[in-house]
Amino acid sequence: MAKRAAPEVNAGSMADIAFLLLIFFLVTTTIETDSGINRKLPPMEDSDEDVIIKQKNIFTVLLNGKDQLLVEDNIMELKDLREAAREFLDNGGDGSCNYCQGKKDPSSSDNPDKAIISLKNERETSYKTYIAVQNELVAAYNELRDVRAEAEYGMPFTEMEANYKDVNWPGNKVKLKEKIDQIKVDYPQKLSEVQ
Amino acid sequence: MSKFNKKKSGDLPAVNTASLPDIVFMLLFFFMVATVMRQNTLKIANNLPFADQVEKLDKKDLVMYIYAGQPSQNYKQYGTEARIQLNDDFASVKDIAAFIAQERASKREELIPFLTTALKVDGDANMGLIGDIKQELRKVNALKLNYTTKKGSVFGRD
Repeated sequence: MAKRAAPEVNAGSMADIAFLLLIFFLVTTTIETDSGINRKLPPMEDSDEDVIIKQKNIFTVLLNGKDQLLVEDNIMELKDLREAAREFLDNGGDGSCNYCQGKKDPSSSDNPDKAIISLKNERETSYKTYIAVQNELVAAYNELRDVRAEAEYGMPFTEMEANYKDVNWPGNKVKLKEKIDQIKVDYPQKLSEVQ
Repeated sequence: MSKFNKKKSGDLPAVNTASLPDIVFMLLFFFMVATVMRQNTLKIANNLPFADQVEKLDKKDLVMYIYAGQPSQNYKQYGTEARIQLNDDFASVKDIAAFIAQERASKREELIPFLTTALKVDGDANMGLIGDIKQELRKVNALKLNYTTKKGSVFGRD
């Protein structure tokens, strides 16, 4: 019997099928935003003992209902907030912080460990502005930590954290964690929110 | 003479569409990889604010989502004030405790301390609502919080 060539499958409708699938996925899926600013809320327990904190160690940021900013009793633009917070945190007024590069102004914060940023907002404040302020304050911490980590370990802090989270990073993660923790001790993030 | 007849037709030759399926499949795979299935149908406007000091949420299954924002066009009867949405429906601040308890019950016990609450809140919502949510979360001891934002500069974009 003579061999018969198999007839070719008609692939003309392949594109239609693929389009159908494509449109299905376009409609049912979303590109997820899964990044944001991480925060830790204070626990509920109300302790009666008053912790006495010197006024000069507190950096007050007030946000009113019209999204205006009052920093240390002065009206401030959002763009200046990062620099002001950085100056306050890095001041090192009592000289115990040997890595601080601030002005060592005795009327500002003693050292990064004691410096506290206090953020207060009103009910009418818009969420957008609140996030912007949070972002700037976190940025101030991150910049200081970057400088410190660069001087100490030759790598910015944000890169260290990114490496720590990266599964494919080849280096020693235990050591990296120690370094990260050390930087966090040097510049602890003390950001309190008043309700 | 038939030799010459062949060339006579003046129509344009048909465009070869043999590679069209390949192109469409390429697009299809891109969307399959880059997107996820929609979890909740949002009944609110959810235009997230911008921030640039963001960290990634790593474990997707350990995240509880709380949405808030102004009710969207189809739900105008609920007013223009920002509202909370849990799962697929509007909720009040009081429902958050139950929601968290329910989410916790659905997870393995050893994972409960790692649960994070992601707040997906519209940029135009006011902080009063967020303050209430945060207070409620503190009451049920769900202290890990993430303000979900888009990546971008906080200035100049509205």
